[in-house]
Amino acid sequence: MMRNDSRIRDLFDWPLFISIVLISVLGVINLYSATSVYTGARAELYISQIYWLFLGGIVGGVLIAIDYRHLERVAYILYTFGVFSLALVFVLARDVRGSARWIEFGAFRFQPSEFTKIFLVIALAKYLHDDPRNEGRSLKELIVPAGLTLVPGLLILKQPDLGTASIHFIVFLMIASLTKIRWKSVAIFVGTVSAIAPIIWTYVLLPYQRQRITTFLNPEADILKGGWHAHHSRVAIGNGGLFGLGYLKGTQNQFNFIPDQFSDFPFPVFAEEWGLVGSLVLLLLYAFLTVWGIRVASQARDRFGAVLAVGCSSILFCHAIINIGMTAGVLPVVGVTLPLFSYGGSSVLTMLTCASLLINVSMRRFSSVADRL
Amino acid sequence: MSQLVRRSDTSEFRKRFQWIALVMMLGFLGLVARLFALQILDNDEYRTIARENIIRRVTLATTRGEILDRNGKVLARSRGANNVYVVPQRLDMVLVWPKLASYMGVGEDERARMETMLNNLRASDSSRKTQQILLKEDVSQDVAATLRTHEAELPGAHVVSIAVRSYPFGEVGAHTLGYMAEVDAEKLAVLQASGYVEGDRIGITGIERAWESYLRGTRGWEKVLVDARGRRRQGGEQIIGEPRKVDPIPGRDLRVTIDIDIVKAMEKAFRGELAGGVVLVDVRTGRILGMYSKPSFDPNALSGGSGKQVIRDAYRRLYLDPLKAALDKTVSGAYPPGSTFKPFTALAALEKGLIDQRMYSQCSGGITFGKRVFRCTHRHGATDLHRAIAESCNVYFYRLAAEYGVGMDVIAEMGQKFGLGARTGLGVNAEASGKMPTRAWMTLRNKGHFQLGFGLNAAIGQGATTVTVLQLALAYGALANGGTLFQPQIVGAVETSAGTVVQEFSPRVRRQLDLRPEHLSLVQKALTAGVNEVRGTAYRARIADVSMAGKTGTAQVSHHITRGQDADKVGYFNREHAWFAGYSPARAPEVAVVALVEHGGAGGKHAAPIAFEVVKAYQDARAAAVAARAKDKTTKPPPKVPPSPGDAP
Repeated sequence: MMRNDSRIRDLFDWPLFISIVLISVLGVINLYSATSVYTGARAELYISQIYWLFLGGIVGGVLIAIDYRHLERVAYILYTFGVFSLALVFVLARDVRGSARWIEFGAFRFQPSEFTKIFLVIALAKYLHDDPRNEGRSLKELIVPAGLTLVPGLLILKQPDLGTASIHFIVFLMIASLTKIRWKSVAIFVGTVSAIAPIIWTYVLLPYQRQRITTFLNPEADILKGGWHAHHSRVAIGNGGLFGLGYLKGTQNQFNFIPDQFSDFPFPVFAEEWGLVGSLVLLLLYAFLTVWGIRVASQARDRFGAVLAVGCSSILFCHAIINIGMTAGVLPVVGVTLPLFSYGGSSVLTMLTCASLLINVSMRRFSSVADRL
Repeated sequence: MSQLVRRSDTSEFRKRFQWIALVMMLGFLGLVARLFALQILDNDEYRTIARENIIRRVTLATTRGEILDRNGKVLARSRGANNVYVVPQRLDMVLVWPKLASYMGVGEDERARMETMLNNLRASDSSRKTQQILLKEDVSQDVAATLRTHEAELPGAHVVSIAVRSYPFGEVGAHTLGYMAEVDAEKLAVLQASGYVEGDRIGITGIERAWESYLRGTRGWEKVLVDARGRRRQGGEQIIGEPRKVDPIPGRDLRVTIDIDIVKAMEKAFRGELAGGVVLVDVRTGRILGMYSKPSFDPNALSGGSGKQVIRDAYRRLYLDPLKAALDKTVSGAYPPGSTFKPFTALAALEKGLIDQRMYSQCSGGITFGKRVFRCTHRHGATDLHRAIAESCNVYFYRLAAEYGVGMDVIAEMGQKFGLGARTGLGVNAEASGKMPTRAWMTLRNKGHFQLGFGLNAAIGQGATTVTVLQLALAYGALANGGTLFQPQIVGAVETSAGTVVQEFSPRVRRQLDLRPEHLSLVQKALTAGVNEVRGTAYRARIADVSMAGKTGTAQVSHHITRGQDADKVGYFNREHAWFAGYSPARAPEVAVVALVEHGGAGGKHAAPIAFEVVKAYQDARAAAVAARAKDKTTKPPPKVPPSPGDAP
């Protein structure tokens, strides 16, 4: 495994690494402010976050050291393990606020749905790697990747976790858009989706999920119930103005008006304290990270690497866009974390894994042993 | 699967990377646009909402003014009462409840009762279990302090302080002081503009009601920072900005003209009687030194502090009492004055020149007028004006009406001059006006048939003539002071809570009566005789060291029996009202006193002793005040004190 030549080390993707470090640092700083309203264990969350970051860094280092192409061999094993653990959630998991997402091993607990997105990306990469085309694909030829997505996607939707499920679907769409598909097939797909959307609305989505979407479409109707999160996070962001109120001085955070400010809503805390200027810096970092990830994909040595990089990039992109979008009131409130800003071991590990895979693909773009597998 | 394409060949993807990158950038650009809209364009709006979220205006309670008697004794004050509230669902019945119960020091029975109530609530689906409910009202200061100290170990329990009106003298003077109650919806609609809110207490009767605007005070407010759960946060002054606080203005204290020791003596003097009223008024100023109405009530129970159930019970007792406890019998009840009216009939006759002092009549125990016999108490024999008043001969006055042309209108004119049959303008409690019937009024009332007999009744204060105790006291005051009818006064001064006088009320003359001094002196002598001569009707009620002039009265009650009334009570309610009206001392009078015992029987036997006791109490109070002032003078320069009973006019 350590046979990588020195060129690989020279090709280490510093811009990607630095943007990850910057986001993580800002994330910890912001987490300190977000949890400063608490006393006791919660006020210490930023320290646990640092531990998670270190652990994630070690895991990432290992992942970077191993050539990503080894993943190809275990792709379907990982995928199966992911689906299996999702199934296990239904058996083992405890209900947290009406939704069972966690599996516990003694003091340790983790959220399988956080990892299955990466396993899905790896599986899709493996499939598309093995299925190279020159001419356009028809929908029928995408049935297998679609099926690969639907199995974990629907399991997660039933937890229920609309946010993570939709990330699986969006990641699939972005990977699928990478492939050459016939225009006719695209038209059929769009037509079918718009036809079955009402059915999903009525039969698949749970009442609270429907309510979140209607609340999003008509936010001011229901501030005290469903709209509470959306309303107050929007107020906090708007309160920030151009330069913000200053670090640790965001009133809406300090007075507890921002709900779940350490997990799903760290962005309003940040935006209130640092204003539009700070928000732009953060958005720029995320935009750089994800677009750079696409650049890594475009330079990838093989199809597996390209799909893997697009998938990881898409995961980061979806999390950033959906989370900030929901706090800013342009997307419905779903439980999607902000990469490296939200507190949580599963989330931190997932995001750092994505970043590591991107660096991995990037480092090995010129490898002389291409296609040896 | 095409064998021609190598798996490393990414040409299928080539053109699509840039599209994906573009979509991502557009996504971020969309967010930037949204953030620009929120943080720059709508910044003002959100800043306002954010401020409103955390800044709350809380009202600062004010304290209601005290009511002090003329010597500075507190008659009504506001005290803090501590109520214990619990949220049943948040109260741990195993760990916390035993502690709470022991801190509250409740007995076994009460504890068991509370425990059952709490357990029932906790087991029920009622939303009340998540709300604060009142567990115990008005716990002692010690208990409240203990609970506050241990608040941290008692999650779900709170001590809340509320202001409760307290009347240290209880039933004594309750009608005059009045009581308080929560403002009802109807009044609130009107009073909202003056700053009343739901749950406010407001004076319902007596001085508490009449002087509400002085006593109440003005609430203040303060802007405080609160978090999302409504908990207060310290600091953050710069967020709030100015103005931050308006201090509450405490209500004004009222210095009343009443001497509570005299009222206590009134209550004591009334112990043998069931119902009635007595008024003591300073004839030189019109200031009321004491008034008392029986049966009384406990304003403490009505004004709250000991719980809704106590208030309800007190109301029930107040309004179900057949003796009409709610009625202030000194001003709100109108009664026929009986013989106490005779001096005014005599004055009317003298002033009109219809008789002079030499006129006398022969009393044989009654006279026949028309078809009716008008009776006297007994056979007085030859009676002149002096004896007719002192010994209360009805026949003399019947004669004035029947033979000397002292008709109803002449009598009514004199009565009205003395303020009888008209409201005095005291301003405290709903005043009855009483009635001085004129000939025209009587004719109207009897469907056009006037009978001369009405005039005979009017001459002895019977028939349609009614007065209030206060009216009669002021009228006797005018008899005593040589013809000055005063406006009654009960509040002497308005003071700040620090004791500074804000407003002082000087005596107000209502009317200067134009009476011939020799006529007045004739009547005064007759009133003095009524008490001090052996055949005077009040002679037996005399007590040592009390100089008094006055007139008894025994007013007949119209004989009616309501069907279904209790046989014993019919007897009581048909008995005559006992009156005594007079002034003291007989020479150089200082005070006028009128006592009415409802259905008491003979005035000389039942009302006069009360009046004497009251005047005795007045004299004691005056002596005490003089002694206190003398002592004061020797120690320090005389402070400005409100006029006391000993003051010369």
